[in-house]
Amino acid sequence: MFDFLDSGQYDVLGAFWVTVQLTLYSAVGSLIWGTVLAGMRVSPVPLLRGFGTAYVNLVRNTPLTLLVIGCSLGLSQTLGIDLGGTTFKETGFRLAVLGLVAYTGTFVCEALRAGINTVPVGQAEAARALGLSFFQVLTLIVLPQAFRAVVAPLANVLIALTKNTTVAATIGVAEAALLMKEMLENEAQAVFAVFAVFALGFVLLTLPTGLLLGWVAKRVAVKR
Amino acid sequence: MSSVLYDTPGPRAKVRNWIYSGIFVVLFGLALWWALSLMGEKGQLDADKWTPFVTDSRVWTTYLIPGLVETLKAGALAMVIALPLGAALGIGRLSDHAGVRAAVGAWVEFFRAIPVLMLMLFSSALYAPQLMDVPSDTRPFWAVVTGLVLYNSAVIAEIVRAGVLSLPKGQSEAAKAIGLRKGQTMTHVLLPQAVTAMLPALVSQLVVILKDTALGGALLGFAELLSMNRQIAANYSNTIPTMLVIALIYIVVNFTLTTLASWLEKRLRGSKKSTGAVLGAEEVDDPVPGANTAAGA
Repeated sequence: MFDFLDSGQYDVLGAFWVTVQLTLYSAVGSLIWGTVLAGMRVSPVPLLRGFGTAYVNLVRNTPLTLLVIGCSLGLSQTLGIDLGGTTFKETGFRLAVLGLVAYTGTFVCEALRAGINTVPVGQAEAARALGLSFFQVLTLIVLPQAFRAVVAPLANVLIALTKNTTVAATIGVAEAALLMKEMLENEAQAVFAVFAVFALGFVLLTLPTGLLLGWVAKRVAVKR
Repeated sequence: MSSVLYDTPGPRAKVRNWIYSGIFVVLFGLALWWALSLMGEKGQLDADKWTPFVTDSRVWTTYLIPGLVETLKAGALAMVIALPLGAALGIGRLSDHAGVRAAVGAWVEFFRAIPVLMLMLFSSALYAPQLMDVPSDTRPFWAVVTGLVLYNSAVIAEIVRAGVLSLPKGQSEAAKAIGLRKGQTMTHVLLPQAVTAMLPALVSQLVVILKDTALGGALLGFAELLSMNRQIAANYSNTIPTMLVIALIYIVVNFTLTTLASWLEKRLRGSKKSTGAVLGAEEVDDPVPGANTAAGA
């Protein structure tokens, strides 16, 4: 049943390792980009607010597949932007991360904005009464509290991101979904077994993330 | 315009905002200029790469419109099948029998944890000649729809469950008080109201489904909207213009749906007819019940 795993021609763990790497790099990038976007969307400068709103609405309504393929076909193959990747493998990985960050950043931004709304008005008013500037109010008072309120929504975004890394298969990044496709084509007699292996892999990736961050969310939530 | 975070700008703050705006415009202009000059270098700005979308009606009749129709067909069909299935699963998770709850719960959690692309690949392999032998011309379409149904029925199950749980407790208590059976309580009292509460979340889910159809074009040979970029670019060698036009079509369709969802949400929250229980049209790919829904807000 599972003898195709012992044949040594498939590196399942290696493929999942690429998935994990894609997730980690994209998660860090999305968190930074999403925070910047959220800062823009709540800033006192109308132009920045407009840019943030436009970006979020445009990118959120575009399929991630289109963004990732666009990075590959458009940026790399047409315009020759390789993000410093020297090999085909390296370039594909970086382009996939770029697409994932551009897409996931919008969801991080929206989650954070919802979190900013949970901070009581009095907190920001007190901060302003002390004479703090917008930037200080945001970084010292509001965002730290907002981050603690959005651990649970951000955990959902992280889990969605973990699953979304499979989209990188469309530009030939050798992660779990691409290997699964290859194995399904070669091992037609073991379709269910192959599916079970990869399904298990993703359950093992997403379940602990959800449980752990759910626990963290309870721990750090601001008791009001 | 004042907000929680800043006072209404005075003269000095106004000047500062203008300076920030200026810096942003300069940076944005530089980025745009760099992108456009790069595109110009590679000939992606030449008129003949853009005019086909206006002058050559075949681009639309042969590629874009059929592609969009396939995308909408797959999305609509997946939604129509996933909705009753998801409702059944959602009600199953609320069952009084622990066994049913556990079994349905395991099913739902399992299919929510798996990437939809893998479910599509798996369906495609199931429909291969060796197993079920679905005719090869419709196989990609059915593989995409099956993958979408498996994944989204699990997500919709959670939406249904959250919708029923968001209703005030008095609803089911009153139903019990007038002697309705469990099934009657569900079908006559709870579900009709839950459906209203769920509408915004369901419309948002439709956006997720439509975006996911694009996966089928990239890896399974499903002739949907996004897969048309290869054919159009092959004819006119205009990769980037084609990508931008296709992205614009997706954005128009999905933005309309997103707007509809938030309009519904506003309307339902304000209406006197419902119990006031509304599930937000959360834009996260995987709404988790209770985490981001202000029940009865």
